[in-house]
Amino acid sequence: MQSRPPSGYFGFSNSFGLLCNTNNMVSDSDSEEDFVNYGTPLEPLEEDEPLKKPIPLHEQTVKDEKGRYQRFHGAFTGGFSAGYFNTVGSKEGWAPSTFKSSRQQKAEKHNARPEDFMDEEDFSEHGIAPREITTSQEFSSSRRDAVQEKARAVNAQAALIPGDTLLEELIAPARLSIGVELLRKMGWKEGQGVGPRVKRKARRQQTDRGARPYGCALPPAGSEDSEDGDDDDEEFAPENVTFAPKDVIPIDFNPKEGVQGLGYRGLDPSLALLGGGASEHINLFRPQSESRSQLFGGAQRGSRRGGVAGQAFGVGALEDDDEDVYHRDSMSRYDTVLGGEEPGDGLYGWTAPQQYKKKGEKNKDAAYLGKILEGFTLAQKPPEEKTIFPPPDLPRDYRPVHRFRPPVDVSTLAGVSPALAEALRTSRGHMVKEEPQQGGRHQLDSDQRRALLGEDTLQGPSSVMELLRPEDRERLQNLRTSSSVSSTKPPTPISQEALRSAVTLAGSLAAKAAGSSDLKQQEEALAAWRGVQTTSQSFKPFEKNPSKQARYEMYLNQLKQGDKDALEQSLDPGLTEWERSRERDEFVRASILYRPSSSFLSSRFTRGKHEEDEDSVEVSRDEEGDVDDKQAAVQMKMFGKLTRETFEWHPDKLLCKRFNVPDPYPGSGTVGMPKVKRDKFSVFNFLTVTETRDTSAPPKAPESGKKSRWDVSEQKEEKKKDDPLSELLSAARNQSETKQTNTSILALPSSTNTNHQTPDDRAEESAEQEKAKEGDQEEEEEEEESRPPMDLFKAIFASSSDEKSSSSSEGESDEEEEVKEKKEDEVQAQNLFKIPSSSSAVSSSSATSSSTTTTTTTSNTTSSQQTVVTSTKNSTHEEEEFGPKLPPPSAALATRGSTSIFSLPEKEKSSKRSKDKKHKNKKQHKHKKEKKKKKHKKHKHKVKQQKKSKKETSESSSEGSEEDSDGEEKHVSSEELLKRLKSIKSQQTW
Amino acid sequence: MAFPQPKPQAPQLPRHLLRTIDCQQGAVRAVRFNADGNYFLSCGSDKTLKLWSVSRGTLLKAYSGHGYEVLDADGSYDNSQLCSCSSDKTVILWDVATGQVTRKLRGHAGKVNCVQFNEEATVMLSGSIDGTVRCWDTRSRRFEPIQILDEARDGISSLKVVQHELLTGSVDGRVRRYDLRMGQLHVDFINSPITCVCFSQDGQCTLSSSLDSAVRLLDKSTGEMLGEYTGHKMKGYKLDCCLSSKDTHVLSCSEDGHVYCWDLVEGSLSLKLPVGKAVVQSMSFHPTETRLLTAMEGRVQVWGAEPEEPEEDAMAT
Repeated sequence: MQSRPPSGYFGFSNSFGLLCNTNNMVSDSDSEEDFVNYGTPLEPLEEDEPLKKPIPLHEQTVKDEKGRYQRFHGAFTGGFSAGYFNTVGSKEGWAPSTFKSSRQQKAEKHNARPEDFMDEEDFSEHGIAPREITTSQEFSSSRRDAVQEKARAVNAQAALIPGDTLLEELIAPARLSIGVELLRKMGWKEGQGVGPRVKRKARRQQTDRGARPYGCALPPAGSEDSEDGDDDDEEFAPENVTFAPKDVIPIDFNPKEGVQGLGYRGLDPSLALLGGGASEHINLFRPQSESRSQLFGGAQRGSRRGGVAGQAFGVGALEDDDEDVYHRDSMSRYDTVLGGEEPGDGLYGWTAPQQYKKKGEKNKDAAYLGKILEGFTLAQKPPEEKTIFPPPDLPRDYRPVHRFRPPVDVSTLAGVSPALAEALRTSRGHMVKEEPQQGGRHQLDSDQRRALLGEDTLQGPSSVMELLRPEDRERLQNLRTSSSVSSTKPPTPISQEALRSAVTLAGSLAAKAAGSSDLKQQEEALAAWRGVQTTSQSFKPFEKNPSKQARYEMYLNQLKQGDKDALEQSLDPGLTEWERSRERDEFVRASILYRPSSSFLSSRFTRGKHEEDEDSVEVSRDEEGDVDDKQAAVQMKMFGKLTRETFEWHPDKLLCKRFNVPDPYPGSGTVGMPKVKRDKFSVFNFLTVTETRDTSAPPKAPESGKKSRWDVSEQKEEKKKDDPLSELLSAARNQSETKQTNTSILALPSSTNTNHQTPDDRAEESAEQEKAKEGDQEEEEEEEESRPPMDLFKAIFASSSDEKSSSSSEGESDEEEEVKEKKEDEVQAQNLFKIPSSSSAVSSSSATSSSTTTTTTTSNTTSSQQTVVTSTKNSTHEEEEFGPKLPPPSAALATRGSTSIFSLPEKEKSSKRSKDKKHKNKKQHKHKKEKKKKKHKKHKHKVKQQKKSKKETSESSSEGSEEDSDGEEKHVSSEELLKRLKSIKSQQTW
Repeated sequence: MAFPQPKPQAPQLPRHLLRTIDCQQGAVRAVRFNADGNYFLSCGSDKTLKLWSVSRGTLLKAYSGHGYEVLDADGSYDNSQLCSCSSDKTVILWDVATGQVTRKLRGHAGKVNCVQFNEEATVMLSGSIDGTVRCWDTRSRRFEPIQILDEARDGISSLKVVQHELLTGSVDGRVRRYDLRMGQLHVDFINSPITCVCFSQDGQCTLSSSLDSAVRLLDKSTGEMLGEYTGHKMKGYKLDCCLSSKDTHVLSCSEDGHVYCWDLVEGSLSLKLPVGKAVVQSMSFHPTETRLLTAMEGRVQVWGAEPEEPEEDAMAT
């Protein structure tokens, strides 16, 4: 932290005064006051004092300015200790700053200032960052405005010591304002003026002065003041060379100090030194113009007379002519007209800027920009000048007051011309009841528009009027006609009064009627709500007032139960009479208005936006084409265009980087296939789902199936159930039915596929079609479908893990069901071979979950369908396989050591051995199973043994048990059905 | 004087059994040559991955760290790293020399069927039964994949990476080719669960074997079928197929214990290599020479074009 040099290095006992001016210390005491002393002075040396022993290194101590000890850790290893005796972080010392940042509370960014790393000494008077009042930079001599600077320099020329400020300028730090920087970027250089570049001609030789250059003649300074003067001069002027305009120098207003007259110059040093001649013209506004031009390079013009010349001096002895001794002033040397006389002197810009050029050159205005800033181009055309039109003159008799014209019924005005009638109608708006004009769409109402468009009528009431009861409607109609009648009259104050009174009257009448019909309404509400079960989606009209809402819900509940005096019970007795009556009214009205059965309002309104997310599903934008076509193509071996599909696919940016490949879609945020949002429950999703998609399937059959497949605990529960067969059957039925529905959906005409306008309607239609097809089975089916087909999987697993349990209810299975099962089998088999994608949907969905159930399943599923000789699996490898299986690792256990293929006999032996082992395994396996089954005490022994024998036969046959099962089809038992289902399931998983 | 070109040698086939190696790691699920073909990896069902020398048949290293049987493995181009995948749903990146697990990547929802390095071993791609291909970054320490390719509708059974292209075969009967450079996905419909896919060495064709006991050679750019190779048996198991090192022959495992070898152009069966009685589960063709590895049950067999010298053979055994 502290940057002091370690004092041990120097052998001083205090931290300060190391570099102190010891010379001052030892010098005489008078001068001590004049010096600024740093640190503590050394004690004065006395001559006869014995030399002090130098303090050994280890005894030297360091104190800070307050006398506290500071310890070193060693100059080269650590520096100072942390705080006072390493107290940093402890109770006594100061706390070091800590950095804490968590996900919830982000640490604010701490910008370290240089002061944070400074010591106290640095802030003191002579430190590097003194915190005391000093001259600010503006007032110090360090930085100044460049133009000001120049002006000062110009003035300095006139000063007694020329070039006074030049030194200062030299050492001034380069700091430029942004404007200057910009100008520089554009090609501006110091000393140039700002403005369009100009063409200049060589300066005319000033022969009229009679001054001839002696010695080395300077080249004529062409850039001086010939900007647009000397137009008639025909000297050489290169076409393509332009010059920067001259700088504008602000006029330095020096107060007039002396008592001399205006324009009097005392001793002009420049003139004196360089021998400039007397000015021929006195410009009141340009004092010292000569000197200024000299500064810009024209100093050497004029005759070099030498010596001191001025008005105050006479002519020297060496001078020839003495005509100028007495200065004669003449009025011809003064300006009598402001401006214009000497246009090209470059000092325009002070009060009235001179025009830079003629008006025709406007377009070239920007041409002076040597460089154009990056990113900008010169405009080709000048911006069009906007012509601003003056506002129209108001008529003289205009008064800014709007008076509404009285509405006039056109129909009543019979003899009016049509034009006038039209004007009147437009002026009056909608009040007139007349036949709608077919011409404009604004004259059509929604019904007519709908009729024109050929849309179906919306469900529910078409207008609010239909929500009212007929008598109310009539009354309203009466009211309206009466009011309209009254409004047709000219609006005299009397008639308005009458109308008001009529309205109030009608209102009171209506109120009375409402009061009388109160009971009626209550009954209506009761009728509407009685026996309604759904409460989930009921509208909450009093949501802002929870207690009121609670009361309202209570009222509704009682209505549902058919309570007659529901209203009185649900009202709060704590309220005042008036409040209660009002609430009563509100409740009754609300209950009628939001009555559940006639979904009046729900049909009229759409859901809030936020629920959309739940109903929509991300579907990849590019759907795969029809699988059937492809299958046909594959069967015809016409690979190529028919089977090839190409999609847009976005690789991850990082993946591209890792593959050393440029990103094919730079700037696109998407990864993978582009997705779009689709309605979750749209028919089209179903269509694609049944065909191709699996993941976006609605929570119907496959998903729940997937769940059950891996839900071990549920399976275990399932084992405890005693009739898995019925479960299985129902599940099988279930499955077949879902399949039927699927196919029926698939069988929809393809026109539905293209018509995207009303998917919901189509969905309904399709559903209706289904219903029509399936007729009376429908109800049953609905039930079955509503049940999650998880049962199917459960049944399969439960039964496969202990299939004998299923045979307990073997006798119950009747013929009918068997036939059904057979049919289903066939159907499924067909499906299996023809539409692998649908089956793969099942398997993939199951594949997405983990394979935790591996141990619970048996080898039975595989053995029933696999045609492998050595198909017994050792118990650890029993596994439900999805997709292509892995071959069994049979011989690996049996054969040890390297056996070549040529040692066949040995191998055969070993394989025999292995077979034996397999048998053993099998037996052990069965034993295990038996043990398992002992837990389920309800199973009959007989059946078990039967089963066992059957199983053995099926397993010992080395052929695929598919054929086996086909052969055994004659006595189809429930167990057989089980097996078949299993085989089908496992086949489907390929 | 211009000499006539030497007569091109008749393509040789790995007819001769060079040696048989009992890997002693249960069933060998996959056998793979390394990048230069001097070593091979065997994936055992006893959760180990073993590295062997091809020429000697000696075990060099065993890598254990998987929780279930290892299903596939691949070696990086510089032989410094291995990757393997397993039924335990993990993908492991191994350090070859130390045998330590460099990274163990979890994320797949099911067992991982196949894994491959890309050309520079910067990305591992693994295909799983959950239908996704995950791209794992070997450079970073992130445990999430760079990208998940979930276009497949069923499990991924095989995948191959060549340069900027990724070829996947899925059980949904489709071969997908992801072209990173073009940003396109090409889907070829095969209609039968794919068991194995390969690129040809020249990168113009794709080879795919499917469960309808057929191996098909498709043109990569158009998807047209160039050849169909049948005769073997592939009905239920996930077996390998491959092309010979010079693209002259198509090879496929079979469930009848043979390796079938067809002429690529003519489609005729040119060799039926009797490997054993059980299913030939996996095989791998040497990247440059005529050498073939087959895996059946617990053994790996090395086949060559010509029988080796007896002393070498003796040394090996």
